[in-house]
Amino acid sequence: MARRPLQEINAGSMADIAFLLLIFFLVTTTMDQDVGILRQLPPPVPDDMEKPPEVKQRNVYEVLVNSKDQLLVEGKPMDIENLKQGAKEFYTNPMNSPDLPQLTQVSRAMVDENIVRLKQALRQNPDSKDLKEKLEKWEDKRSAIELVGPYKELPTSALISLQNDRGTSYKTYISVQNELSAAVNELRNKLSLEKFGVPYTELNPAKDADKPMIKAIRAVYPQRISEAEPKNIGS
Amino acid sequence: MSKFVRKGKKGTPGISTASLPDIIFMLLFFFMVVTVMRQDDPKVKISKPNATETEKLEKKSLVDYINVGPPFDTRFGTEPKIQLDDSFAELSDIAVWIEDNRERRDEAEKPQITTSLKVDSDTEMGIVTDIKQELREAQALKINYSVNKGSIKSNR
Repeated sequence: MARRPLQEINAGSMADIAFLLLIFFLVTTTMDQDVGILRQLPPPVPDDMEKPPEVKQRNVYEVLVNSKDQLLVEGKPMDIENLKQGAKEFYTNPMNSPDLPQLTQVSRAMVDENIVRLKQALRQNPDSKDLKEKLEKWEDKRSAIELVGPYKELPTSALISLQNDRGTSYKTYISVQNELSAAVNELRNKLSLEKFGVPYTELNPAKDADKPMIKAIRAVYPQRISEAEPKNIGS
Repeated sequence: MSKFVRKGKKGTPGISTASLPDIIFMLLFFFMVVTVMRQDDPKVKISKPNATETEKLEKKSLVDYINVGPPFDTRFGTEPKIQLDDSFAELSDIAVWIEDNRERRDEAEKPQITTSLKVDSDTEMGIVTDIKQELREAQALKINYSVNKGSIKSNR
């Protein structure tokens, strides 16, 4: 039998096959980037927990939202456009108002003094967890000072307290959360631009070089949003 | 006698389609790389609210979605309902669902699991608060409010 020359495979239908695959992927996949506002929920409260210590009125920025999506901030009705400015004033207290938290100046000498004192105390009882935590806090402050210089610090009890009604609409809730975040982010961006020349949002937490900067800026402007435990209010 | 003799008719030569598969394959690979597989069919209508201070969700394989909104199918009513995976669920199902999702993951990845709340912007906060309480009880504390990027002015 005579050998026939090898026939080439017809590749004409290759395009059709590829088209089929392409259309399959177009249909089954999504392209939208998932973005959102990240939040950490507080762990559940045990029933027998003792009452938290009373916090000074001036150290709490109270934001209430009712079922008609109206805001009551520090006892006064407020438009949502002004919330960011209000929160920024709470964080910085530029006029030294007696209704807003009293900021304390953190200086190099003060931090060093406290670290020395705590180290001595630790030598005497090396197992104290409380002391270790305190020392860690002051050491964080020292590294912050090294990067951004002396800064003004919020009292540890200062926080923004957010409470909403069950009838508040979700979009208003998100708007309020967004404005409160925006206040901190703007302050952080400003500080970061001043000290490091890049806005805070451009710093990358995955990069080793950026980590101390992020930590320092967070020490100066901590994000303190606390959501009140939901209460059952009769409708 | 002319030197160049035309053989046969002179028609326009057809465009070679030999490279067509290559072009299509290129498109195919582009889509395969930039997209992700669709997670589940939405059964509830969700128009997400807008926000500016957003962060990207890092690892999609470590994100679980809770959808809340009015059902597409009005036979299920018009009140907002919770959708977990591909089916409607009650509040009490959330704890079990969270536990199931934890079981699926590696031990090392468990603390990084994020629960993403995709909630319709006109939903009342009551149901969202209830879900958040359930999540707290289930120790799923890392959450994400899914939003679209945009000015909050359009949230009116």
